Amino acid sequence: MSVRVDELKVYYRTLRGDVQALDGVSFEIADGEIMGLAGESGCGKSTLGKSLIRLDSRMRHLGGSVTLDGRDLPVSDDRGMNEFRFKEVSIVPQYAMSALNPTRKVGKIAEELLESRGIDFDAVRPELERRLELVGLSTAVLGMFPIELSGGMKQRTVMVLSTLLNPSLLIADEVTSALDVSSQRAVAEMLVEFRERHFVKSVIFITHDLAILYQTADTILVMYGGRLAEKAPADDIISRPKHPYTQLLISSLPEVGVRHEEKRLSGIPGRPPSLLDPPTGCRFRDRCPLAFEKCVEQPPFVEIEPGRHVACWAAS
Amino acid sequence: MLRLERVTKVYKVGTFGGTSLRAVDDVSFDLRAGEIVSLIGESGSGKSTIGRMVLRLARVSSGVITFDGSDISTLRGGSTKAYYGEVQGVFQDPFSSYNPVFKVDRVFTMIRDGYFRGIGTGEWHDKLHGALGVVGLTPGEVLGRYPHQLSGGQLQRLLIARALLLDIRLLVADEVISMLDASTRIDVLNVLADLKQRGLGILFITHDLSLGNYISDRTLILRHGRVVEVGPTQKVLGDPRHSYTRALLASVPQLHRKWGDEELVASVAGNGTPALPGDPGADGLLAVGDGHFVAPEPEAGPS
Repeated sequence: MSVRVDELKVYYRTLRGDVQALDGVSFEIADGEIMGLAGESGCGKSTLGKSLIRLDSRMRHLGGSVTLDGRDLPVSDDRGMNEFRFKEVSIVPQYAMSALNPTRKVGKIAEELLESRGIDFDAVRPELERRLELVGLSTAVLGMFPIELSGGMKQRTVMVLSTLLNPSLLIADEVTSALDVSSQRAVAEMLVEFRERHFVKSVIFITHDLAILYQTADTILVMYGGRLAEKAPADDIISRPKHPYTQLLISSLPEVGVRHEEKRLSGIPGRPPSLLDPPTGCRFRDRCPLAFEKCVEQPPFVEIEPGRHVACWAAS
Repeated sequence: MLRLERVTKVYKVGTFGGTSLRAVDDVSFDLRAGEIVSLIGESGSGKSTIGRMVLRLARVSSGVITFDGSDISTLRGGSTKAYYGEVQGVFQDPFSSYNPVFKVDRVFTMIRDGYFRGIGTGEWHDKLHGALGVVGLTPGEVLGRYPHQLSGGQLQRLLIARALLLDIRLLVADEVISMLDASTRIDVLNVLADLKQRGLGILFITHDLSLGNYISDRTLILRHGRVVEVGPTQKVLGDPRHSYTRALLASVPQLHRKWGDEELVASVAGNGTPALPGDPGADGLLAVGDGHFVAPEPEAGPS
């Protein structure tokens, strides 16, 4: 078992109170698994990603533990995480395009990054060049400034850099969102390729785009309002979703071939709850067509079939 | 209603403006009342520039844009204001369209000050509430709030309501739903579809083929500022003739078909045939069907 997250709870402290961005989530990721993490904005998916590498100092770790390859990951300890960051756990941040220092050439950025971790750049350089070529970039990229690269090229560069030390877990946060459809596909397929070549062991692929997860991910975890809604193999979650939120979300997605004259889709009425003062019980119950009395109690995230977890009283 | 004839936009780029970039190159199309035309393309295809030129936010380098037969670049003073009374735009980011210091009502009072000075308060309220009803908002839920208290979908619908207050006939919708969440974006799309039924013409600019397909009557595929393929939406996306359109379609992630399968699908549907030879029209496009035109492709060259 590569990654195991137990009852992880992370809040943000604000002037108006605590934002309960991540409220007790537990799940596992197997070796070699690409887990898609989907949900609407503000559902806590980026918080979950960032909390596993502890990038954001505003986060308050309230409880829970994370195990990576059998070792405890000190996710509540900024300093303790230094040993793991980049080497064991790596992240491609949401705005990867702006992760590159505009005043440095790409090669220099790589060199500084590696030296800061006490790794000799020249020893790694051949591998870096090999991987750049693998993703269709020429090694000339190392002598260029970030501004000289297109969005897709920058995204691929950042992905090569962040996986250079073969981390055990890669957190890819909205890596395809700012790209055109053709680069989107190239980047998504790159993630799979990296997994095949064992550059990364497991991947958490965070995006709001379920369709792209269906193309690349092995399993999909859907979040809603700071909690987990459903986790299942990608095919199952798309073809027979169990949680009412997943069902409504999937039915609201327009696809090529669907036209409003023939089939009028509808959205989900209402809006996600505020995480400053979330409702008790199931957080989806205000918008849920299946809600009944029992939903005032919080539904547990339970395994209903092998490999399928759902947090819903009506579904389980 | 709206007609673009051989419209070109050239930007000066480079340190000293020495190089020129043809952002939009010889684009012609027209849009009738009650019709939704999609402009689909990747970044840099010139789709937003076309929208900006229609809204007079950018000047046309050559070619003519006419609205009801009159050239919009010659509008001055009062006639410009009258033009904006009929043509309005809604853009990608609803959050930056509002001043966060003021309540959202301000966008409506500004319209009232500009266009409806003589109207009584009661009548204005009826009109405003009517427009909000059309976009599916309840006045009590949205009026008197600050932008940060509303969701992106609500803000975007408020902007559409603002445009509707003016009894507009043409709406330029530039990536209006790209920033919205999946569960609310379809509501905004449905609002646009309803408005079309009421006779509004919509220029729908998007990079997302599935959204363009859901809503539009006709589709233009743009690449590097040029029209690659144009025609009725079902023809262009159902039976694409240009290799670029096909490549674009193949890259769109779909929910019920994996990426690996599409070569098979393309050959089964007989889409492997290249564009049929035909008489190139004035703009160099070949007719391949009723109202369906495609740009000629270089022979077996890498595109």
